[in-house]
Amino acid sequence: MNTIFFLVFGIIAVVCGISVVVQRHPISSAISLIGVMGSLAVLYLQLGAEFMAAAQVIVYAGAIMVLFIFVIMLLNAGSEQAGKTSGLARVVGVSLLVALFGLLSYLVQRLFAGAGTVHFGAFRGGTVRDVGRTLFTTYLLPFEVTSILILIAILGAIVLARKEID
Amino acid sequence: MIEAVPLSWYLVLSAVLFCLGVAGFFFRRNIITIFMSIELMLNGVNLSFMAFSFHYQQVSGNIFAFFVMVVAAAEAAVGLAIILTVFKNRATLDVDRINTLKY
Repeated sequence: MNTIFFLVFGIIAVVCGISVVVQRHPISSAISLIGVMGSLAVLYLQLGAEFMAAAQVIVYAGAIMVLFIFVIMLLNAGSEQAGKTSGLARVVGVSLLVALFGLLSYLVQRLFAGAGTVHFGAFRGGTVRDVGRTLFTTYLLPFEVTSILILIAILGAIVLARKEID
Repeated sequence: MIEAVPLSWYLVLSAVLFCLGVAGFFFRRNIITIFMSIELMLNGVNLSFMAFSFHYQQVSGNIFAFFVMVVAAAEAAVGLAIILTVFKNRATLDVDRINTLKY
């Protein structure tokens, strides 16, 4: 059951991820990205991170992607035209990417090949209670700094996006 | 059929998503799609955090993923505001045509 869940949602995530990269129209990319985030939320749930799965759906797939789609529609962004990238750049780029992926998976296999397996329910520390307790005790200072970061981001967005008033 | 998923599968999936994000970042021209590729990379990294949180049976990984999410939200707000401003001034979203700083 664990394997079936992982394979189904992992494959959905990868297919949607490829779709994000190859779609010509930004809206199609955004919808595919929502698919990635939704399937990742299921995988988080399988890893015992209940709170983060909910936050993934609400914050990422909800708030952030709505913001993206809102901006795409506001700017009326159409499909992008085919670029004038030279063939050499494309070949070098793709091979470097494959090399990066090969290196990452080699390191993962090297370091974590026998690192145990994932059963649903083997880790119960990701509930709202545990996350909240850790967030407000051990990580209280970073949490408060985060609120300042959000405040600065709000002010920055307002200042950048406002209409010039004479 | 294996009943439990090896931890490394999660990490490899995370690497796949990260590399797809890098590919989108380098190959796409639309500035909004480039931005979405960054979000894809952040999501891949978050999956790694979750997997390690499970592996070490500690909640810290979840907290770090939470902070990544917060930073992504702040980044999306400011970045999209910048995109709006660029579009207002240049009337294009093509990064190849927003290159004044190069000359």
